[in-house]
Amino acid sequence: MNTSLTNTARLTGAALRALLTLTVLCGVLYPLAVTGLAQGLFPHQANGSALRSNGKAVGSSLIGQRYDLPLKKGEATPAPDLRWFQPRPSGGLTENTVNTQYKLLVSGATNRAGDSPDLIKAVEDAKAAVLADNTAPGYTPKPSDIPADAVTSSASGMDPDISPAYARLQVHRVAARNHLSATEVNRLVAAHTTGRTLGFMGEPRVNVLELNVALGEAARKG
Amino acid sequence: MNSLAAASGALSPAVAAVLQLLALIAALALAYRPLGDHMARVYSSDRHLRVEKWIYKAIGADPHTEMRWPAYLRGVLAFSAVSLLFLYLLQRLQGSLPGSLGFASIDPDQAFNTAASFVANTNWQSYAGEQAMGHVVQTAGLAVQNFVSAAVGIAVAVALVRGFARSRTGELGNFWADLVRGTVRVLLPISVVGALVLVACGAIQNFSGIHEVGQFLGGHQQMNGGAVASQEVIKELGTNGGGYFNANSAHPFENPDGFTNLFEIFLILVIPFALTRTFGRLTGSLKQGYAILGTMAVIWIGFTVLMWAAEFGGHGRAFELAGGALEGKETRFGIGGSSLFAVATTLTSTGAVDSFHSSYTGLGGGLTMLGMQLGEIAPGGVGSGLYGMLIMAVIAVFLAGLMVGRTPEFLGKKIGTREIKLAACYILVTPALVLCFTAASLVLPTPPHSMLNSGAHGFSEILYAYTSGANNNGSAFAGLSADTPWFNTTIGLAMLLGRFVPMVFVLALAGSLAEQQPVPKTAGTLRTEKPLFSGLLVGTILIVAGLTYFPALALGPLAEGLAS
Repeated sequence: MNTSLTNTARLTGAALRALLTLTVLCGVLYPLAVTGLAQGLFPHQANGSALRSNGKAVGSSLIGQRYDLPLKKGEATPAPDLRWFQPRPSGGLTENTVNTQYKLLVSGATNRAGDSPDLIKAVEDAKAAVLADNTAPGYTPKPSDIPADAVTSSASGMDPDISPAYARLQVHRVAARNHLSATEVNRLVAAHTTGRTLGFMGEPRVNVLELNVALGEAARKG
Repeated sequence: MNSLAAASGALSPAVAAVLQLLALIAALALAYRPLGDHMARVYSSDRHLRVEKWIYKAIGADPHTEMRWPAYLRGVLAFSAVSLLFLYLLQRLQGSLPGSLGFASIDPDQAFNTAASFVANTNWQSYAGEQAMGHVVQTAGLAVQNFVSAAVGIAVAVALVRGFARSRTGELGNFWADLVRGTVRVLLPISVVGALVLVACGAIQNFSGIHEVGQFLGGHQQMNGGAVASQEVIKELGTNGGGYFNANSAHPFENPDGFTNLFEIFLILVIPFALTRTFGRLTGSLKQGYAILGTMAVIWIGFTVLMWAAEFGGHGRAFELAGGALEGKETRFGIGGSSLFAVATTLTSTGAVDSFHSSYTGLGGGLTMLGMQLGEIAPGGVGSGLYGMLIMAVIAVFLAGLMVGRTPEFLGKKIGTREIKLAACYILVTPALVLCFTAASLVLPTPPHSMLNSGAHGFSEILYAYTSGANNNGSAFAGLSADTPWFNTTIGLAMLLGRFVPMVFVLALAGSLAEQQPVPKTAGTLRTEKPLFSGLLVGTILIVAGLTYFPALALGPLAEGLAS
């Protein structure tokens, strides 16, 4: 047999054995060991930071949800349920296109550029909607009050947070719809505002699901 | 808690961003010596751990056998070729594999693209992770390549360093030993600790598959479970970048808060920077390592500051209307943290994203592209950053030599005709791939149909795709619908050629240097460990990349930036 062919075969065999042993180490033992440790030490986080309210699961505190009214006939997209604090737009979120036996949400962004006519229109529409939706008895927001996060889609489409400014903008509307005082709702927003980690990492934010859970409890107590 | 929130809310986002950069620099500085010295010991020790002995026995390789450059290269190529085929088959067979959530097999063109992408340390995502890749492909296929493609990169860099350190031999070490040690003694231990840090902060780590979770307003939503944290950590540490989820490190299960964001940026940068210490140790000139480190750090910090200026400035009609460039950015990271991540990921070969570069301002998007076009050397991918920077250093001493009319030397080795030819070939490979494929895509009738945005930004989408592929970055101006046979195939080829052809030149250069007899230092020798040389090196890098890419950048991001 040709020696270069034998050498190639020997080398390929060695490479294959190297790949298989490293696959066992990095692809089987490593993820299993980390999963074991994670499940033992931090089971709540490792399983998706589930949030419960009134004894039933209401989602993950890390994953943003929509708070919409049921889709009515003739509507392309459902209208927001203005009783609840609204999250950021999620224009980049899509449903799965393959393996359609599941109904998954596929995370993602719109990828629109700053000069994109579609994005300009989306921002204009969102601004008009935020102004109209948040006009409550005795409170008329100004266009300059609207923070950027209220009218732009996030990177994941599942952003669980809004800025404290956007939460405060929604307080009067939410208070009116839930028959609560604005002071009380403002107190809820303040209690669910998370500052930067150690004062400088990340940005201040309000977790919408946690805030809505607290709002629901306050509204029930009346 | 309330008063804390109020107090930190008072800090302006720009000040918080600067503090994050300073914290990052401090953390990297703390890790620099211990990690750099540890890697120097790992790659020069004679001892073997028990698990390593088992692996060598399984491979049938003697870790003490010294290889000359052709043998070392054959090892790299054989291992990568087998990996490519294995990962391709794993995806093609997914439909029949247990533990795959019943997901279908991946189409041939996408399977080729993804296999090429992970083996080449690129991790371009033509697929959307959560809807296409089951547990087996993610953990036993993709995550494994995250480890070993990184270990291969470091191995080649170490071989080049040995080329500088050794004389009259031509021997560069043993590829199998370098591959196994890098995986077992460097990447795995850091990954285990890092994964647990991420889980503690909220990243998920389970095998619950796709399960239903109740929703606030009633009803259920299907969510993916998976070994996310264990994959996330090596995705950053190995400068890989392929996300478990489509949204990559913007997904809250991959990157839950402001601290993990900074921690992930740290993981991206820590090995590439520390390798300059390893280089200094192994060549016996720590000062030379610092000079290389200084060059990398100047470019990295400079890019970060420019990126902040572009993104906090927020030019662009839609951003001005919205009151800030927050499209495609997460609330918890904001503009400061997102920009920091974008620069780190494109100046290394990572390509993970915590925000979407396509929705950056014109000039911000241009910076992400220019970062890759510098050749990803500040600090660059694991291993590839160091060898890319050393090639640029060879070019810089050559230019300095021309100015004074002396045969150039670097670390006591003569940079002659052969060395310069190899370095020049290295530099030409990626630009040739990027520019030729971009031009072909624009001239052919159907590829432009994949562009989401039109005009200058549409051109940028295609230029970005090939820049990212050929430089093994993997991030995207994701407006481009790249899951077509044309893009899957050509970007796949760009990734493979952009990874392995330069490695051929690096190893050939290493072999040629190791054979030389060192020349004694004289009064006329260029002092390459001085700041003057670092300055020359920064200039060389900017001029080489600028001359190569300026015409293309002028048509895309510069045109867009000037128009807005």
